[in-house]
Amino acid sequence: MTLLRTRALRAFYGDFQALFDIDVTVEEGETVAIIGANGAGKTTFLRAVVGQLETAPEMVEFDGKPIGHMTAHDIVRMGVAMVPEGRKLFPSLTVEENLRIGAYCGRPGHWTLERIYELFPVLGERARLPATSLSGGQQQMASVGRALMSNPRLLLCDELSLGLAPVVIRDIYARLATVAREGTTLVIVEQDINRALDASARFYCFQEGRVALTAPCQGFDRSNITAAYFGT
Amino acid sequence: MNWLSILVQGSLLGGLYALFAVGLSLSFGIMRLVNIAHGDFIVLSAFAGLVAVRALGLDAIATLLVVIPTMAAIGYALQRGVLNLTLGSNILPPLLVTFGISVIIQNGLLQGFGADIQRLHWGAIETQSIALPGGVAVGVFPLIVFAVAVVSIFALQILFYRTTLGRAFRAASDDPETAELMGIDKRHLYALAMAIAMVFTALAGVLFAIRTTFDPASGPIRLIFAFEAVIIGGLGSLWGTLAGGILLGIAQAFGQALSPTWQILAGHIAFLIVLVLRPSGLFPRQRDE
Repeated sequence: MTLLRTRALRAFYGDFQALFDIDVTVEEGETVAIIGANGAGKTTFLRAVVGQLETAPEMVEFDGKPIGHMTAHDIVRMGVAMVPEGRKLFPSLTVEENLRIGAYCGRPGHWTLERIYELFPVLGERARLPATSLSGGQQQMASVGRALMSNPRLLLCDELSLGLAPVVIRDIYARLATVAREGTTLVIVEQDINRALDASARFYCFQEGRVALTAPCQGFDRSNITAAYFGT
Repeated sequence: MNWLSILVQGSLLGGLYALFAVGLSLSFGIMRLVNIAHGDFIVLSAFAGLVAVRALGLDAIATLLVVIPTMAAIGYALQRGVLNLTLGSNILPPLLVTFGISVIIQNGLLQGFGADIQRLHWGAIETQSIALPGGVAVGVFPLIVFAVAVVSIFALQILFYRTTLGRAFRAASDDPETAELMGIDKRHLYALAMAIAMVFTALAGVLFAIRTTFDPASGPIRLIFAFEAVIIGGLGSLWGTLAGGILLGIAQAFGQALSPTWQILAGHIAFLIVLVLRPSGLFPRQRDE
């Protein structure tokens, strides 16, 4: 079943058009990667899906319903959560409060504070500390945990690896695989191509606001991505 | 000059100033909205109390049962219908719009009630006092006002740090866009914040009307007192606001003891001294980003 479908999705920042007719489909339970160079429109795409950018209603469909016109706070109630680029934890809240605010929308499901602490034990140890006291990797875990607290059907992850050490990135992606196995659909936006493709079943490569290439990750010769990535 | 008495009277006056400041502090803290009409909303609440006494025959303090819900509803509607539209990266529109509202309220009150000086009466309690050792007499009513201020700030502290709504307020204050991703409807949340701010504004207005006289032009100077209390205490700290109010009250009491004409000026001077020595106030909110 198709969970997310965009049809000729366009998005603008003022007069500047950042996305041109993007068609992306994501099946329920699937993990899909979106790769591309800086400024290719990956983050813009996610922002358009979660309602942070204005689009026409039918341009974004979730679970068969048009959501392109809906606001961000309504879309999260439908079961779309985002781990924003740069973590974006709330600095005046503690780690636990950051996680709890993730459940603000009140969607029922199996993700609870206890389950998040099982997934990321270090967050439980630091629950009472300010979110700003965490290391970069721990902040990323808290940001993932916060998004999971809304019990999403679709989880969008924007640049999880940004600024983190390889060993920490590997750790976070291992936990993400656990999340995917439990049935959550994932869209992973990454600059780290190999990391993204290893974690996903299919990928889309964006280039200057358009889909330049899409293919299954398995058995795809990754050297062919170069042209779609850089546009050479 | 009885120094102890000045200290005590000034502190109690400071309780009222802290109550003046709470609403202002909330709307700035949560929405970065500087409400120029805040003082006029205090005076509007005082007049609302007056109307409730005259029309419904209520006891002065019982008017709070009417004035608080009324002001809260006005706050919600005003934020949802008008002020939300002014919020953005530019800080000028909310200043201009609330300045306009200030003019409208003052002139509306002048039209409706004339320029007469008004007062709410709450019977004998206004003049009762308790004798403390050291020759200090403390008025019962100022003591009540001070207690209300402390309880109010305590209640807000619990709201902010122990409830889901309070968490949402703090999250939206940190980062409104990410707060929306959590399912927080900013427009509704801001309207709630203004409604809560108005609850304390209404409380301050009615108590103010019992404590002293007022007229339609009394608002702007209350706004200044509220501002000074917030800035002295440090933005974003509610207990700091109480401390700021007390410091302002004490400074005014000292000024008045020197000469009645010095009361207001002494408060401003204390404010300026704090601003020079500690520009971010006595208890600025600690936030490491």
